[in-house]
Amino acid sequence: MTPTELEFLSDLVRRRSGIVITRDKEYLLENRLSPIATQRKLAGLAGLVTALRRPDEALAREVVEAMTTNETLFFRDGRPFEMLRTEVLPMLLKERAASRGLRIWSAACSTGQEPYSIAMLLREEAVRLAGWRVSIVATDITRSVLTKARAGVYSQFEVQRGLPITLLVKYFKQVGTQWELDPALRAMVEFREHNIIQEAAPGAGFDIVFCRNLLIYFDQDQKRRVLNNLAASMAEDAVLFLGALGAYSASPIASNRSLKNVASIAVPAGL
Amino acid sequence: MKSCLVVDDSRVVRMVARRVLQDLAFDVYEATNGQEALISCLSRMPDVVLLDWNMPVMNGIDFLRALRSLPGGDEPVVVFCTTESDVAHIQQAIDLGANEYIMKPFDSEIIELKFTQVGLLG
Repeated sequence: MTPTELEFLSDLVRRRSGIVITRDKEYLLENRLSPIATQRKLAGLAGLVTALRRPDEALAREVVEAMTTNETLFFRDGRPFEMLRTEVLPMLLKERAASRGLRIWSAACSTGQEPYSIAMLLREEAVRLAGWRVSIVATDITRSVLTKARAGVYSQFEVQRGLPITLLVKYFKQVGTQWELDPALRAMVEFREHNIIQEAAPGAGFDIVFCRNLLIYFDQDQKRRVLNNLAASMAEDAVLFLGALGAYSASPIASNRSLKNVASIAVPAGL
Repeated sequence: MKSCLVVDDSRVVRMVARRVLQDLAFDVYEATNGQEALISCLSRMPDVVLLDWNMPVMNGIDFLRALRSLPGGDEPVVVFCTTESDVAHIQQAIDLGANEYIMKPFDSEIIELKFTQVGLLG
């Protein structure tokens, strides 16, 4: 790869996702983008760059996605989950005391680490939630990640990314070199295939929505559509957890409704 | 600057760990077994110990037990870093006061994530 190509690709990924690809991560570009070039019958990364310069929006998105997936980990970034435990849950336990029901949506859940982190967190709070009906719906557009998510089986490497050792021992069973999530926890999460851009939300009246890994891939218009879609699925006082918004001016979160509780927790991203 | 005592009988592992930890702005020093580490802790308590399990002279778990009974020995964060990856070993380490547990092989990201989890970073 020439320095110009490297600069072009890392600039593209940085502008759209905030993720910085340093020079020593050049191999990551090669590893992840070569298959895209091959699939599109382009002449290697040089051909890919030429195609991107045309420009090719769909291709650009595919490139950014290839460079940003695998970013999922248990209790990603820590703070949103801490907020969920210490602020959001106590608030909703009060607000929903009459119905004793909580509905949670993990959008773009990838291989399941996010919804399962929520499930473990709720299990740790089981005393306070006794007698409550809690549902977690987790959605993703990609069928293969959902298959893995449903299985709830993770490698030694994956369970060391973000999962405290006490929770590993408590909620996972070791099977060979893999770690298998407790079936009771697995049963807490319902996984569904869902395209957040094209389809209506997988339900209404959600109390907590996590959409932390997704918006960075979209342009302004798509972000607005997704946020409207999320807003329409949420109860009035629901809480929305966003990740870094990327290049989005945060003001018009939803044009037709306002949400009171949006927690946008921007964390410096990096590979 | 926080200090980290790396305890491992493998020179290669100590070197890799040192490099990762120095990048995370730790003051790194080393011991090659539990006994050396214990002597080191008697003169200077580190903020964190990155601890192998199987070592000659004194192993990691015996070191941990001895450390936790020293005056001020409950202060350092102890993160195991070992090829022992079965639940029985992990549980024993937790019961004796280990704060976190890394199963080898590890990479810089795992160290960074685990150290963040126990409040040593960010």
